Amino acid sequence: MGAPRFWRNTKSRYNLYGVRCGTCEKNYFPPRKICPSCRRASKLESVKLKASGEVVTYTIIHSAPEGFENQTPYIMAIVKLSEGPMLTTQIVDCEIEDASIGMPVEGVFRKINESGRDGPIYYGMKFRPPRSSN
Amino acid sequence: MNRVAVIGVGVTKFGELWDYSFSDLFVEAGSAAIIDAGIDGKDIGSIYVGNMSGGRFVNQEHIASLIADHAGLNPVPATRIEAACASGGLAVRQGVMAVASGMHDVVVVGGAEKMTDITTEKVTQILVTAADQEWEAFLGMTFPGLYGMIARRHMHEFGTTREQLAEVAVKNHANAKNNPTAQFRFDVSVEKVLNSTMVADPLTLLDCSPITDGAACIILATEEKAGEFCDSPIYITGAGQSTSTIALHDRLQMTVSDATINASKMAYKMAGKTPGDIDVAEVHDCFTIAELIGIEGLDFCDIGSGGRFTEEGCTAIGGEIPVNTSGGLKAKGHPVGATGVAQVVEIAYQLRGEAGKRQVDGAEVGLTHNVGGSGGTAAVHILER
Ligand SMILES: [Zn+2]
Repeated sequence: MGAPRFWRNTKSRYNLYGVRCGTCEKNYFPPRKICPSCRRASKLESVKLKASGEVVTYTIIHSAPEGFENQTPYIMAIVKLSEGPMLTTQIVDCEIEDASIGMPVEGVFRKINESGRDGPIYYGMKFRPPRSSN
Repeated sequence: MNRVAVIGVGVTKFGELWDYSFSDLFVEAGSAAIIDAGIDGKDIGSIYVGNMSGGRFVNQEHIASLIADHAGLNPVPATRIEAACASGGLAVRQGVMAVASGMHDVVVVGGAEKMTDITTEKVTQILVTAADQEWEAFLGMTFPGLYGMIARRHMHEFGTTREQLAEVAVKNHANAKNNPTAQFRFDVSVEKVLNSTMVADPLTLLDCSPITDGAACIILATEEKAGEFCDSPIYITGAGQSTSTIALHDRLQMTVSDATINASKMAYKMAGKTPGDIDVAEVHDCFTIAELIGIEGLDFCDIGSGGRFTEEGCTAIGGEIPVNTSGGLKAKGHPVGATGVAQVVEIAYQLRGEAGKRQVDGAEVGLTHNVGGSGGTAAVHILER
């Protein structure tokens, strides 16, 4: 991903800034300009979501895209945040055989890939089993 | 609205075709379809081409002009349609609309992709452009990974087994053996699927459709023109298309393809048919799990029961509803932009009774189902003899 495209979303990559729709009272992540259910009746405001949730499903990537080859095998998951939205993330600090559906996870700030196709190293949020439960 | 007939079909061999260029592929499929239809270049009102990523696979954009030119069809208007792996299905729909509306009497609908000139890593990266780049792909997600997550969730929610997923590959490979243009003309066993290289757990290499070069082409015409050129026209009586979230994580229920459900409802309604009326179907099986959620979304079986339905042989030739007699994307091959068109070619062969050893006896009504990305786009067509 090119640097401008990355930096545009920096705020939401480093913290889980999404939007909350005042009409349907649903949270969305990443931020949207229109609430997909309320459309013209959208009343969106920025909201910082708690970086905790649980694994809805996951896979273990053995065949990686460019820039991720040296991380294989790694766990990718869809996490449902405690405040509603779902997101795709890598699960770290977790043995592959320990991953499970329903597993609680929390956000952690990490390097995303070694060196992006365009040079810079990108950082963002990944998820891990909560420290307290270890 | 005019009735729309398929009056000619053509398809290349699918596979690693090192001696074919992108335009060689299209010209071969296009010429075959034009000869099959018995039309002349001057009869053609317009050309629609499905192509996902000529720009990245072979560094060629402006595909429509290239194709019209190399096929000797200038100055006929030509348009490229892109919707990831559903590009071909959407091109078919554009052709149907052009003829149904009365805008053109005869149109050419093609699809082509040249994927094997670059490394597998590059192909993986190009295919994942069909996902949300900023919030899926950028984080290390792959296409098999997205379907791997659907598979695991399907297993969790419905008790689908790893073996049931493998049965899709076993069936489609068995069908491909009888398709002379298929890429993989050999049998696989459940055991072989389970033991092949892990790609995105729980999916192995043999759960995935291959990287393929290939092209397909059909000629569509009004009923009146069809009568002029053709003794055995096949009619496209239902056409549906729908969208859903581009990111899998935004889908309300990720084991259900709502785009498939909505597109098929449109197509069934337009054709005045029910799922039980369908005699043969080509279903988008880019991964084994995709065929299961495909047949469930098309309502051939209940949501969640696709694994059992497949295991019981209901989707095999001779079963309740034969699915992917061509071998499907899984074994016939998946040149992404061509796939949606190639599906129509297979159903046309079936309805004409020209499918040889893989013929479904007495097939009168067929269906094609083409999906883009993890389900952000779906196109469904119903064809009748
Ligand atoms: Zn709302």
